[in-house]
Formats: sequence, structure tokens, C-alpha cells
Amino acid sequence: MNIIVLGLNHRTAPVELRELLAIPDSRMGEALARLRAYPGIQEAMYLGTCNRVEVYAVAEKSEWGFRELEDFLVATHFSLSSEDLLPHLYRYSDEEAIAHLFRVSASLDSMVVGEPQILGQVKEAYELALTHRSSGVILNKVVKKAISVGKNVRTNTRIGEYAVSVSYAAVELAKKVFSHLQERVVLLVGAGEMGKLAAQSLVSHGVKEVLITTRNQHRALALAERFQGRAVPYDQLRNTLAKADIVICATGAPHFVISKEDIQGAVHQRMNRPIFLIDITVPRNIDPAVKDVDNAFVFDIDDLNAHVGNNQEERLKEAKIAEKLVKEEVGSMVAWLRGLEATPTIVALRKKAEDIKKTELEKVFHRLGELSEKDRIAIEGLASGIVNKLLHGPLVTLKAEAQSQNGFAFIEAARRFFELQEREIHSQEPQPVEDEIDHKVLEESVSQKDEL
Amino acid sequence: MSETLAFLTMGLYFGGTVLFLTFLLYRSETLSRVSVFVAGAGFLIHTAALGMAIVSTGHLPIMTFRDAMSFFSWGLVLVFLVVGLKRGLQVLGTFILPLAFLSMVSATLAPVEADAIAPVFQTVWVHVTLSILGTIGFAVAFVAGLMYLMQEHLLKSKQFNVLNFKLPPLDFLDVLNQRSILFGFPLLTLGILTGAVSAQLTIGTYLSWNPEQVWALITWVFYFVVLMGRVTVGWRAKRAAYLTIVGFAGVILTFIGILLKSPQAIAPL
Repeated sequence: MNIIVLGLNHRTAPVELRELLAIPDSRMGEALARLRAYPGIQEAMYLGTCNRVEVYAVAEKSEWGFRELEDFLVATHFSLSSEDLLPHLYRYSDEEAIAHLFRVSASLDSMVVGEPQILGQVKEAYELALTHRSSGVILNKVVKKAISVGKNVRTNTRIGEYAVSVSYAAVELAKKVFSHLQERVVLLVGAGEMGKLAAQSLVSHGVKEVLITTRNQHRALALAERFQGRAVPYDQLRNTLAKADIVICATGAPHFVISKEDIQGAVHQRMNRPIFLIDITVPRNIDPAVKDVDNAFVFDIDDLNAHVGNNQEERLKEAKIAEKLVKEEVGSMVAWLRGLEATPTIVALRKKAEDIKKTELEKVFHRLGELSEKDRIAIEGLASGIVNKLLHGPLVTLKAEAQSQNGFAFIEAARRFFELQEREIHSQEPQPVEDEIDHKVLEESVSQKDEL
Repeated sequence: MSETLAFLTMGLYFGGTVLFLTFLLYRSETLSRVSVFVAGAGFLIHTAALGMAIVSTGHLPIMTFRDAMSFFSWGLVLVFLVVGLKRGLQVLGTFILPLAFLSMVSATLAPVEADAIAPVFQTVWVHVTLSILGTIGFAVAFVAGLMYLMQEHLLKSKQFNVLNFKLPPLDFLDVLNQRSILFGFPLLTLGILTGAVSAQLTIGTYLSWNPEQVWALITWVFYFVVLMGRVTVGWRAKRAAYLTIVGFAGVILTFIGILLKSPQAIAPL
């Protein structure tokens, strides 16, 4: 049993590819059913945002699971082949997979670190998995934990303030060009997180109209609904520019989407009415040469940071605190997961029974005093008989059910019934008995570890 | 206008200028209030002085160069108090008060002479009043243009400092620029027409092609083109700002023309 993730994000794949892999909510049931149908996959969750497409799964064997997830992603869109996709994919399993999900949820893996939307998107993905019954004991626990880690990071570090202040800066700067935002038309190009955030702040300041254009028309329509705006076909971007007073560009494309000539044309068409452009993406989507066009004002993410006085150093410090929080939680999650494996649970259960038997026998022998060898054997036999008979049922069931769909539920139940602690279960390395070790030796070994 | 009151006004405008320039450097609400208070006090004394002059002579004192400059200065401060306070734009004072102060200084530097030259004809008086009011419009347009270029430069070079914070939004400045010209241009047109009429009445010719008249006509054509350009080919924003600054230079040259022609009086032509 392994928890694995296969995916691509804004760093590994261009937006064109990410868009092909997007699955609308309406088709999620079918997609998750397809995932679950793979023999090697026991649980699955699909997380799709404009900056990432990731499939989380619980697989019997990671290698097998990765192959099946690859197959799933390639089959998402008819035009895709595995050659297109493979170079952009990253794979994580077990501890790394959990750490990845936690970092994503804590917005540490986001294009704009600290942006608040990802947490909601993880929640949505989880709810879809729940609705379509594709998640099970493990994913439920891991994803729920990821969400709480995300919240924890949000409340305990200042990482979120930064993203919010960036969109605040966008509004403040817009107000230096336009006195009444109520009369202004906003054009949102692309569906990047920060772009949506900035558009949201502008909408809450009551702009006149919001136009939305993205390469994926469905997404544009969805966003248009959200902002009560109007979706514009992507190929009409150039003509639409002139209608917009404020342009927010956040496509995630690795190249310029808006050129200097586009803006020259737009400003000319606008008869020199100023146009205000915000480029929130890295790499930039608006040619920086636009700054040389009169009456066009373009600001990128660094400018916005400079405006709010966002300090790079402070941000890194907050991110470090967040990373530490994530790391701690990953540790305890991994411990829980290891405990879910059948064999160590069975071993731990046997050991626990054996320990109880031994202690109880010692007590009894002590109380009874001198006993004949025969009596001792009889009493020991009695104890062993009871323990073994009592454990027989649970152990057989555990072994049999461990491979089934609900296997982890059984293991979890066994652990709770018999009060097996996580550390008992995977204390695989022999623990030295304290008496046997000279304290000096212990201290030396500790200090050596420190040096390492 | 009483000498004492004139100096008092000038002093207060100077104080206002210094305060408003300091105001630009700090985000202090108190400083802003004190600046407005001082400028307002100067304006009240200025108004009182003008009122007293009207009572004693029976007409608005604008017939000498110093009176004209003083009236010009009064009008500027009035615009600041009305527009600036209505829109919460104290920063307008930073640009208008120095201009008002300099006008007062140039007024006092001009040689003192008694208010001897009474307007021979009513048209001369009307001509001067309209011309000064028109000039106030162009001066405000000039200030708006200057502020526009400053704000534009700060935004383009991404300097998010106190000045950027205090200067109004670009579109407001562009509208202020346009409205000021729309206010000044018809007044200048009427001023030139009444000037021509007075010339006909006093020296018998509508147009004598003296430097003042030539510059006035050039200025008129210039602002006409600026206004038309905005409507037809989009001469707004940065270009409009540049043009109004150049245009105001023309206005100042007209004033110099007047001074060269007749250092003591601007009327009769």
C-alpha cells in the first residue's frame, strides 16, 4: 500500500498542456470511476486548478500505480500521447507525496506563494472524491490533514497577507490612474489565481464591467458567471484590449501574451485614454516594453510588491516557518500510515499479547511460589491457549481483509481495539534495552550523531 | 489696494507655500489642516482688501499691473479653495499657492503708481477682467498639466513615494486640465474681442499687431487647436499636459509683451 501522486504544475508544464488535462466538475464522476476501475488503485482524488493537475492515489504498488495514473491522464484528452505528457510529469510517493499535498494545500507550491484559493480548491477536490466515493480511509485522513495543515499555516504565519496585499496594491495603483473605478471596464486575461484575486478586489470596489478571456472558453464562461461579467473569445483579445481600462493578465503562459504593438494599437484606438495593465505572472505575460508606450501603465508582480513594501526577506522567513509546520505534520502522518500496514500491525498485536501473557504469568508464578515443572507447563499452556484462541479470529480476519477495499478500516479498527500505538507498530529497528547500555556509550553516540 | 493688507496677504501666501511644500513630504493630517488654514486666512484678507478697494473706487481694482496680478492671484487661490477642498485635494495647494505667491511678488515689484488710469471705456474694464479670468483658467490647466506629468512620471518609473500617494489620479488631472481650458478659452475669446473693440475705440484700429496682440492671438489659436485636438484626434492625457504647459508659457509671454509695451498699466491697449 502506497500513497502516490502524479501531476504537473505551472513549473513543469505550459498552460496549453494543463488546460488539456482539465476535467470539468460535471465529468468528474466518470473520471473518478475510471480511476477506481484500475486494478492497482484503491483510492483516488483529482486536483485540477489552472496551475496544476494532480492525481493522488492509494496504490498497492507505487510503480504499478504510477503507470495506471499516467494512462489515466493520457486518456483524459484524445489529442494527448504519453510522449507529450511524460516529460512534464512529476511523481512522488509515500512521505514525499504527503509532503507535496501538504505544501500544495498550504499554498507553498503555488505560483504566488500564500494565495488563498488553493485551500478551497483542495477542499473541492476532496468533496468531489467523497461524493463519487473514490476516496477511502487513507485519502480521507491524509487530505483532511492537508486541509487542516493549510488552515494552520494560514493562521499561524503571515504568508497569506502577502498575496492579499498584492491584490490590494493592484487596486491602489489603479486608483492612481482612475479616480472612479465604478466607470471602468476590467479585462481579465487568463485564469491564474492571483489574477482572479486581483479581479475580485476590483469587483468588490464596484467596477462597471468585467470581461474575461481565457484560452479555455469553458473556464472563461465559469469565471464570467462568478464575476457577473462577460466571456470574450480568446482570439479577440487584441480587439478587446481597447475596450478595457484595466487589464489583468495572469495566463501562466511562458511567453508574452500582450505585445507592445497590441498596446500601441489599443491606446491609439482609445484616443490616448490611459490603459492600466497588471501582469501578475512569472514569467511575464505582458512585454515589459509596453512601459514605453505613452498612456499605458504596466505593473508586474515586483512592482506590486514594491508598492506594498513587501519585503522579500520577510516573505522567505514566513515561508520557512510554514515549511517547518508542514514538515512536522508530514512526520506524524507518515507514522499513522505506517501503522496501517497489515504485517506490522499483526506483529505488534502478537507482541502485545505475548507481553501481557509474560507479565501475567510472572505475577502468577511469583504468587504461587514453588511449582512443579508439569504445573508450570500446564499454566503456560493455558495462558498461551487463551491468547492464541482469542487472537486467532482477529488475525485471520486482518490478514484476509488487509487486501480488500476496506482493508485499512480493519487495520485501523484493530489498532484502536487493541490500543496499539504507532510507535509500537513500526519499531522495526531493535530498540536497545537501556540497562544493557552504558550511559557513557549512549552519550557518546548521541554526540556523534550531532556532529554528523 | 492697501499696502499693508497686500503685504499681509503676500506673507500668508508665502507661509501657505512653505507649508504646502512641506506638506508634500510628510503624511501628516495636521500639517495639511494648518496649510489650508493659512492659505484661507490669506484669501480672506485678500478678499477684504479687494472689497475695500471696490468700495472706495467703485470698481474692481485691475487697471494697474499690480492690481491685475493681485486679482489673478486671488482667483487662483479661490479655485484652490473651491476645487481642492471640495475634492479633498489639498495637494493642489502645493502647486497653486506658489503661483499665487509669485503673482503677488511680481505685483509688488512693479512700480507703485496711483490708480490714475481709470478705464476710459467700459469695454476696457471688461476686456481686462475677462482676460484675467481666462488666464486663471489656463494657469489651473498648467498646474493640472504639471501635476499630470509628475504623477505620470512617478507611475512610469514606479516610484511609490509620498508624492505619488498625494498627487491625484491621472484621469482627474486630465479632466481638470480639460475643464480649465474649457473655462478659460471662451473668456479669452471674449477678452480678445473686447480688447479689439477697446482698441478701435481708443486708437482707432482693431488690430495694431503689437507684441501683446500677436501673442494673444497665437495663444488663442494654440488653445483652440488643443481643444479641437482633444475632441478629434485624442490629444488628451500626457500630450494635453505638455501642450497646456507650453500654452501657459505663451500666456506669460503675452504678459511680458504687455509689460514691455507699458510697464505701468495694461490698459488702455
